[in-house]
Amino acid sequence: MAAAEIDVKYVAHLARIALSPEEEQKLGSQLGNILGYIEKLNQADVSGVEPTAHAFPLVNVTRPDETRPSMSNEDALRNAPAQANGLFIVPKIVE
Amino acid sequence: MLNQLTISELTAKLAKREVTAREAMQACLDQIQRVDKQIHAFLSYDAADALAQADAVDKVRVNGGGADLPLLGVPIAVKDVLAVKGQPLNCGSKILGKFVSPYDATAIQKLKAAGAIIFGRLNMDEFAMGSSTENSAFGVTHNPWDTARIPGGSSGGSAAAVAADECIATLGTDTGGSIRQPAALCGVVGMKPSYGRISRYGLVAFASSLDQIGPFTKTVRDAAVLLEAMSGIDHCDSTSVPQPVPNYAGKLEGGIKGLKLGLPKEYMIGGVDPEVKQAVDAAVKQLEKLGAEIIEVSLPHTDYAVATYYIIATAEASANLARFDGVRYCARVEGHDPIEMYGKTRGAGFGAEVKRRIILGTYVLSSGYYDAYYLRAQKVRTLIRNDFLKAFEKVDAIVTPTTPTAAFKIGEKSDDPLQMYLSDIFTISCNLAGICGLSLPCGFTKSPKLPIGLQLLGKPFGEETILKIAHTYEQSTSWHAEKPALG
Amino acid sequence: MEYEAVIGLETHVQLKTKSKMWCGCANVFGAPPNTNVCPVCLGFPGVLPVANEEAMRLTALTGLLLNCTISRYAKFDRKNYFYPDASKNYQVTQYDKPSTANGYVEFEFNGGSSRVRITRAHLEEDVGKNIHFERNSGVDFNRAGVPLLEIVSEPDITSAEMAYEYLNALKDILIYGGVSDADMEKGMVRCDVNVSVRPKGQAELGAKIEIKNMNSFSGVRRAAEYEIARQIDVLKKGGQLIQSTRRWDDDAGITDEMRTKEHAHDYRYFPEPDLMPFEPTEKWLELVSARVVELPLARKRRFMRDYQLPASDAQTFVWDAALGNYFEGVAKQSKNPKAVANWVINNLRAKFAEANEKLAADQAALGLAREDMILLTLAELKFKPEALVELTALVEAKTISSSAAQQVFAEMFETGKSPGAIVQEKGLAQVSDTGAIEKLCDEVITANPGPAADFKAGKGAALNFLKGQVMKLSKGKANPAVAGEILERKLKS
Ligand SMILES: [Mg+2]
Ligand SMILES: [Zn+2]
Repeated sequence: MAAAEIDVKYVAHLARIALSPEEEQKLGSQLGNILGYIEKLNQADVSGVEPTAHAFPLVNVTRPDETRPSMSNEDALRNAPAQANGLFIVPKIVE
Repeated sequence: MLNQLTISELTAKLAKREVTAREAMQACLDQIQRVDKQIHAFLSYDAADALAQADAVDKVRVNGGGADLPLLGVPIAVKDVLAVKGQPLNCGSKILGKFVSPYDATAIQKLKAAGAIIFGRLNMDEFAMGSSTENSAFGVTHNPWDTARIPGGSSGGSAAAVAADECIATLGTDTGGSIRQPAALCGVVGMKPSYGRISRYGLVAFASSLDQIGPFTKTVRDAAVLLEAMSGIDHCDSTSVPQPVPNYAGKLEGGIKGLKLGLPKEYMIGGVDPEVKQAVDAAVKQLEKLGAEIIEVSLPHTDYAVATYYIIATAEASANLARFDGVRYCARVEGHDPIEMYGKTRGAGFGAEVKRRIILGTYVLSSGYYDAYYLRAQKVRTLIRNDFLKAFEKVDAIVTPTTPTAAFKIGEKSDDPLQMYLSDIFTISCNLAGICGLSLPCGFTKSPKLPIGLQLLGKPFGEETILKIAHTYEQSTSWHAEKPALG
Repeated sequence: MEYEAVIGLETHVQLKTKSKMWCGCANVFGAPPNTNVCPVCLGFPGVLPVANEEAMRLTALTGLLLNCTISRYAKFDRKNYFYPDASKNYQVTQYDKPSTANGYVEFEFNGGSSRVRITRAHLEEDVGKNIHFERNSGVDFNRAGVPLLEIVSEPDITSAEMAYEYLNALKDILIYGGVSDADMEKGMVRCDVNVSVRPKGQAELGAKIEIKNMNSFSGVRRAAEYEIARQIDVLKKGGQLIQSTRRWDDDAGITDEMRTKEHAHDYRYFPEPDLMPFEPTEKWLELVSARVVELPLARKRRFMRDYQLPASDAQTFVWDAALGNYFEGVAKQSKNPKAVANWVINNLRAKFAEANEKLAADQAALGLAREDMILLTLAELKFKPEALVELTALVEAKTISSSAAQQVFAEMFETGKSPGAIVQEKGLAQVSDTGAIEKLCDEVITANPGPAADFKAGKGAALNFLKGQVMKLSKGKANPAVAGEILERKLKS
């Protein structure tokens, strides 16, 4: 893929990061360079190679179904930017 | 001065009751007072709390207890990315605001249980994204050997604090070299354990499949002691590996006769500073003299490491950092609906490098690009890991420079992210392969006098071997004993 | 032109575990907001998930109950989207390697039996709850991280009614299997309904229109009915349908278009690096298989077959499993299961419920909450199952009249005495000995000359009156049939 094509506006929105026009512009060219460099991976022969998702292979790591004490409502909300009636308050959600 | 002691020296004196924990703690606090204006390794610390912990330690000693606590009374400061109950947790970022951690990271819990005094928050590149600590939202940390230069990163504060004797040892995290590179540039010992050796619970994730916690110390022995104290399976971390924890410190002696050390030919590239090359060559000669057999090995996919790393790390980061949204915590910037609030909060809270990486990571995962970028990178990661496993069939450890150059000037590379990324060339593969590595001092550049680091890479869970090699080398040289001249 | 509807359902069901999916917080409904939370389910910086093994088991068990195959390799992925009720702004789910897939649900519909194929059932985490206020919204994360099973059906459903029946069958299966309490009121079951219409006979599907977040089955039925009609109407008017998401307005009884979220189709799935793959072993699967139970439909059919019960009785024993199990215990010893079923359904059930209502009322008076009350179970009945067998036998042998049998049952329910003993005590045995009844008849005829004359004059009804008098005289013990014959004989002669 042509690296230069990156649509910074769209991707920044997916990532929920508001950018100034200057930032958008600068990021566009910087990411262009980085993606250009990353293109070198296309030279690697990966036919028949399994992807590595974990640095150390383990399977079936689970915990027993046991309850542990939860936090108090006060502790849960201690770092909240806005709260009321035990809830985290956010701007009105419009669907 | 007590703040200059190593863990082993201090614990010995404390055990003999020659000194008190309060005296040692106070010595560190005094040194911070003296030098941290120049260094800015610490973001914050609570002197009263630190001394209170020290007094509690002394009480235990007075009552004749504590013999079973290997770190009793040792002051340890931690990178601002590790959760310590009741202490601020900012990750070098503005976005977390006044966040106070309600819980302890597992590694911290273990150190506390071993008697350590956990105090102070150390500076870092925001969310561990960087190689110079210039990306901290709270100002750059200065290299104790030349305050016009960077200490390396992302754990720059952790490396500088040890180099400047502001405390006995510190903790950092390493995702692509963030412990080993600053350790090299500040002239201290820094270790990245094998993936899964130390629980990641309470380490604020940058790249979950690459991150590891590790120690910064003044000697290899101290690194062994801290590694042992923090290692082991943790039922809060599904990726921690059920491997027994050896008595690392007890297995340092005995020499390295007959051990096979590999020199990867792919690492003998241009761009390595001649003084660095010279120091590393000399170190290799020294290791040979100590009885090791030097063998050339090949890591054919080395050239892909940086590209692979920046796809995998940024993709994972784009999801890991999504939780910083201003709902449950964070410094919120209001908006008339959640979408606007998210954008403003994250736009104002994250620094340039973090935005750059989140957007890169979001892009490589976005629809239509996954296979070309992320999936392909995961496959190349397999090739890189296999390179190492193959090499380790022939050798016990691999020797390389930790960094291509010594510490560079503040501001020198901050406008060229790609150049900055490429400076991690020697350290990045280790995280992709999940193997262990450490950096220790192996010389200095002439003028200015800047530390040079030697990197040892070991098999998965082969910490014992590289610690032994490093210790044997260290005992035969005096690099680690040199101290920066600080006003 | 004739149109037909095509419906597929995505049903989310909360699994019945003690703790949440990734942390030790309790998986319970109704706690005060943000009190069943911890750093893990609040998505605090630095925390990590560890999978609840029981949730993995219940997922596999559901797979078996839905005739699915259990994958030998399953993994978790991150589904990335920002929403206030998502504590990490990604949902951990199973994207391309679900725990179980390719099954079906069989259920009765239109007097026959229908099958809806199950595409997959994958394990994921529930999100928190948004509460909307005048000026802003609030978030409660008690529900965040509760293990949630998403059961995806093939578009095999052809009507709103069929969707309704499918959902009820699915719910019964999940409750039967002990996989979920599937309590609608508590939001334990929610579904998304995909509705499309196409000209009859056309192969390709019409535009898929999704109705999100339905939380009642009747709502699903009404919404689907409305939506099918709406779509057909649009097409008939020559309009176009495009893939979209709509919301059901239960009060207005209509669906309306939702402002579809911008991120809708770019979830950026990738393997969850904090969780390891799951590869069930033979041993593990055996333990899960051991928990498979008989499905409701199979049970109904078995009861009809083995005990010759009418469908309605068998269905009663499916809905009230405990009652059904009790019935089986008795029926196995009885020669007349049908009669046993009648006693269990018509008498025992009522008396049992009545007794428990009394108990509940008393305990409520003591201030106990429903969940703290201790009520009777069928295992604690005073009389033994054999007693019911004996009772039906006595009735069948005409040893006691059916009215007497009612008394006997009431007595044995209260005291636990055996029917035989009760009949003895109360002398309830029927008298069929003609000599004794002859005497009674003569007394009655002489005592009631009027009615006797009426009967002779052809008023048949008068006989019943006289018969009644005989029964009265015999305190109900006389065999009414015998008494009738004798009276008739005497009056006709
Ligand atoms: Mg889902
Ligand atoms: Zn929790």
